[in-house]
Amino acid sequence: MAVTASRIAPAPVLDVERVRRDFPILERTVNGRPLVYLDSAASAQRPLPVLRAVEQYETHCHANVHRGVHALSQAATEAYEGARERVRRFINASSTREIIFVRGTTEGVNLVAQSYARPRFGPGDEILITGLEHHANIVPWQMVRDQTGCTLKVAPINRRGEVELDHFLSLLSPRTRLVAIAHVANALGTILPVKRMIDAAHAHGAVVLVDGAQAVPHSTVDVRALGCDFYVFSGHKLYGPTGIGVLYGREELLAAMPPWQGGGDMILTVSFEKTTYNDLPWKFEAGTPNISGAIGLAAAMDYVESLGLEAIAAHEQRLLAHATRELERMPGIEIIGTAHHKASVLSFTMDGVHPHDLGTILDAEGVAVRTGHHCAMPVMTFFNIPATARASFGCYNTEADVASLVAALEKAREVFA
Amino acid sequence: MDLKELYRDVILDHNKRPRNFGRIESADGHADGHNPLCGDRLTVWLRLKDDRIEDIRFEGRGCAISTASASLMTEAVKGKDKATVQSLYGRIHSLLTQQDAMPDASLGKLAALSGVREFPARVKCASLCWHTLNAALERSAATVSTE
Repeated sequence: MAVTASRIAPAPVLDVERVRRDFPILERTVNGRPLVYLDSAASAQRPLPVLRAVEQYETHCHANVHRGVHALSQAATEAYEGARERVRRFINASSTREIIFVRGTTEGVNLVAQSYARPRFGPGDEILITGLEHHANIVPWQMVRDQTGCTLKVAPINRRGEVELDHFLSLLSPRTRLVAIAHVANALGTILPVKRMIDAAHAHGAVVLVDGAQAVPHSTVDVRALGCDFYVFSGHKLYGPTGIGVLYGREELLAAMPPWQGGGDMILTVSFEKTTYNDLPWKFEAGTPNISGAIGLAAAMDYVESLGLEAIAAHEQRLLAHATRELERMPGIEIIGTAHHKASVLSFTMDGVHPHDLGTILDAEGVAVRTGHHCAMPVMTFFNIPATARASFGCYNTEADVASLVAALEKAREVFA
Repeated sequence: MDLKELYRDVILDHNKRPRNFGRIESADGHADGHNPLCGDRLTVWLRLKDDRIEDIRFEGRGCAISTASASLMTEAVKGKDKATVQSLYGRIHSLLTQQDAMPDASLGKLAALSGVREFPARVKCASLCWHTLNAALERSAATVSTE
């Protein structure tokens, strides 16, 4: 994924058998068959170092953060703020003041929509998204449109599932105030040329939010090299816990934004007449945060960097190419999303078998895939299909997993013969 | 988990060749059903005479379980009065959700749906058409949802 200059020398080869031993869940069976987990794009599994970091914190260090002088509160605060610094390094932000912990990508987008866009936008202003977006990068902007009277525009996609770049560029104008785009499209795996899109948007004076939920598990992300204004992602797609995610925002923008939620921890002083807000990043973290989630996320970042994101990406690209060839050979299978640049996501339909039935039959064979609209109903509408089956590959998947997928698909074909 | 229990021949046949598929132009009632989880959609049209379902048709796009269940339902309720349909609805609901429910002989081909209860994620697929029929019977044009 050509998003940043490489920070690591030649990609080391991933020792997948060793990696698999780090994920205890892969030892279990499902319906009497060994689990074949091909749903990492929905949620990746957690390796032992993440599970142990969370356990260690919960067992020995838990207390509330930023609140006490006692030893545990200080230990918890250090671990939580240490996790923030870990995130800063992971995406190469300038400062921890730019790292806001949120529940996940969805909350990050909503925060920007309500705190950045809503107070500023009005009739005549435009928000530009693409036809590939997840509902989480559509609905918050529709809410802002309805609240402010601004206009929401959508850059169309082509039959390969790529954003038509020329069309996207033609939709930019001085009216464009904000551009919100996926880094990697969740339903189809398309990698968007975000650097070019960001530069073009900036040339028109728009700020850019990048939904990186599907990108961070597959590539090094450098928010300064990208030049984006906001970048959001979730922990659980990066082999970390659920309920924790990150909003990166350029400090200058975050500093000018009003808090989104009010409560404890986001204030400096409160009286019944007047409240002064806390500094960044805490201004945006009202209430007790997900402390163990942040610690687990930091451990997940240590883990993927120990494997090497480039090694992971190279491994996944080999698997994607292999699986694509295998599925293309099967009669009646249509791959939906054939972009030139894709992350390790394979969305497909089988002639005469509804994706929901495919999901059940694959599950009976121990193969976990996502079926449905993938929270991207406009993408399904574009291809005139109700749903797809989606296999997605992570660092622990192997060619044997692809063989199991193919065998299970043949089984589905037999059942519906 | 035995797939043969779920995808019995009757189910596969009704999926491939759904009976009473289409719409009724001068319907007395119709309703749209939607399962947002998997995107299944169907519409049920009814023509009633007094208290009886004189004709019933459905249209939709869904998985094999939802299509076959709707097809089987239309065969089962055609010509029946509302009270009989209500009673059938209750027995189908038990069949789909209760582990120990035994299909009684009066269910006829609908008994083929008994395998669905082993697959909890699929119960809504089989029950969507029945919820939709209920709504159509109330002559409500409102969309019903399984959620």
